[in-house]
Amino acid sequence: MTTLLLAAHDGASLKDATLKALTAALAIGDDIHVLVAGDGVAGAAAEAGRLKGVSRVLTAEAPALAHGLAEPLAALVVALAPAYAAILAPSTSTFKNALPRAAALLDVMQISDITAVLAPDTFERPTYAGNALITVRSADPIRLITVRTASFRATPLEDRAPAPVGAVTAPTDFGISAFVSDAFSTADRPELTSARVVVSGGRALGSEEQFKALLLPLADRLGAAIGASRAAVDAGYAPNDWQVGQTGKAVSPDLYVAVGISGAIQHLAGMKDAKVIVAINKDAEAPIFQVADYGLVGDLNEIVPELTKALG
Amino acid sequence: MKILVPVKRVVDYNVNIRVKADGSGVDLANVKMSMNPFDEIAVEEALRLREAGAASEVVAVSIGPKEAQETVRTALAMGADRGIVLEAEGNVEPLAVAKLLKAIVAEEAPGLVILGKQAIDDDSNQTGQMLAALLGWPQGTFASKLVLADSGIEVTREVDGGLQTVRLALPAIITADLRLNEPRYASLPNIMKAKKKPIDFRPAAQYGVDLTPRLTVLKTAEPPARPAGRRLASVAELVDRLKTEAGVL
Ligand SMILES: Cc1cc2nc3c(=O)[nH]c(=O)nc-3n(C[C@H](O)[C@H](O)[C@H](O)COP(=O)(O)OP(=O)(O)OC[C@H]3O[C@@H](n4cnc5c(N)ncnc54)[C@H](O)[C@@H]3O)c2cc1C
Repeated sequence: MTTLLLAAHDGASLKDATLKALTAALAIGDDIHVLVAGDGVAGAAAEAGRLKGVSRVLTAEAPALAHGLAEPLAALVVALAPAYAAILAPSTSTFKNALPRAAALLDVMQISDITAVLAPDTFERPTYAGNALITVRSADPIRLITVRTASFRATPLEDRAPAPVGAVTAPTDFGISAFVSDAFSTADRPELTSARVVVSGGRALGSEEQFKALLLPLADRLGAAIGASRAAVDAGYAPNDWQVGQTGKAVSPDLYVAVGISGAIQHLAGMKDAKVIVAINKDAEAPIFQVADYGLVGDLNEIVPELTKALG
Repeated sequence: MKILVPVKRVVDYNVNIRVKADGSGVDLANVKMSMNPFDEIAVEEALRLREAGAASEVVAVSIGPKEAQETVRTALAMGADRGIVLEAEGNVEPLAVAKLLKAIVAEEAPGLVILGKQAIDDDSNQTGQMLAALLGWPQGTFASKLVLADSGIEVTREVDGGLQTVRLALPAIITADLRLNEPRYASLPNIMKAKKKPIDFRPAAQYGVDLTPRLTVLKTAEPPARPAGRRLASVAELVDRLKTEAGVL
């Protein structure tokens, strides 16, 4: 019963999401292979060989795999699938895109966004924006699973004799999809999904300028990543990849500071697993206070600069 | 070019759902139902393409109980041309939905299928990708912008690091993300007009797809509640508590 773990990486090294998905993989079984797919993955593959429980690292390298396009990546997973009882991947946008495609080609129902492993075929996952946790048992011969990384701790790299690394045949380009361009924000801040502290802003910030002017200094003081509500993203105050929530990113930092966010269920779905939640809102009845450990009722335009100063 | 838009009837996004006390599921009695919000965005995008002259017809299809016709009717009131309801009782999983949609695609031969990226009830985020797989078509998921050209379609996608743009050959599958557009409200005259638009009812069973779920739900539970927090009087008190009580600074 071997498990295949699909690695999230940037070529040079593994993403934190991979170390968290590994924790879920270890709960299923302790014979694990890792697939590192991309174009130029030597660094990440070397790291993968030092992961706990990993007995083999497979690399697949081709220009068609460089940008995580679903069509070649799913074909690669399908080609490897017969050797495995379970295939796991962190719930990154790349694998949310590609893994269901592989599942359909294998005629299995993917189990999305698991939050716990109860048995090798039984898992817990959130539905209804996290308001109903369901326990599901899969009847499929092979389980395809995405892992909600906010629900698992990272299993760190080990100081061990590295597992062997071997190349597998990369799929050919089907010619039906092609990468055109990326527009990635290149802030040198911690990544939202792995940061220890997250500062998030909502509609009440009022403008992109104000969002930055108030939240960047606070985030700098705290060494925090920055998040946002959907309303703040829709209004253009923050980029789309900062959205926290049911349909954005799920985070579980030690400290989450919600600034001018009302606390709609769709937002709570992405952050209520934080260890400590602080809410700053002028409306004492705002639902965010129902999940906050500490609340400050008042105008964020006064409170945030004061807090930034107090932390300095 | 014809555009097919699958639409799902789900619990309205404003409803705070309750888990049944015996853990057997979510209490859906007398709960307001609506079109999945991502599907509204999908319908809107299809209508805009038709209004821009890039598409000739917009067909809405729903798979579910008889009441799914209300959801199709909503799409017709927004402006879709006709509807199809595939009647099926109980939970139809994304894989089975994708297989049924594949059969509809074979009948209708659309150039684009636009779906919502996820349904806000089961939160699976799978159906569009699965349909693309079964058809062997390319997929542009989590779309925030579409540009149609003769040779295909350019799709800007919301991804973890920001935005990614891909070029797909047609026919293709698109799944809509929140920023693709802001869906219109159906006007009263259009709601009246929609009552006369045709809806074709068929039993899902006629397509010979096995609808037996692959995933058995053993239990449904409420998430653990967070203990009540406290209101603090000042920023100084907050900083102090974060340091000493919570230990997170
Ligand atoms: C399909 C769907 C998916 C969604 N997915 C997500 C998601 O993933 N993430 C998400 O966040 N939302 C999501 N939403 C949207 C969600 O329902 C809410 O609309 C959104 O979270 C509200 O954002 P907000 O709290 O910033 O704005 P609002 O609800 O407008 O809240 C603003 C808050 O700021 C406070 N305020 C105003 N002025 C001040 C001031 N000067 N000082 C202090 N406080 C002030 C107000 O009291 C209010 O509580 C989704 C919705 C749908 C339909």
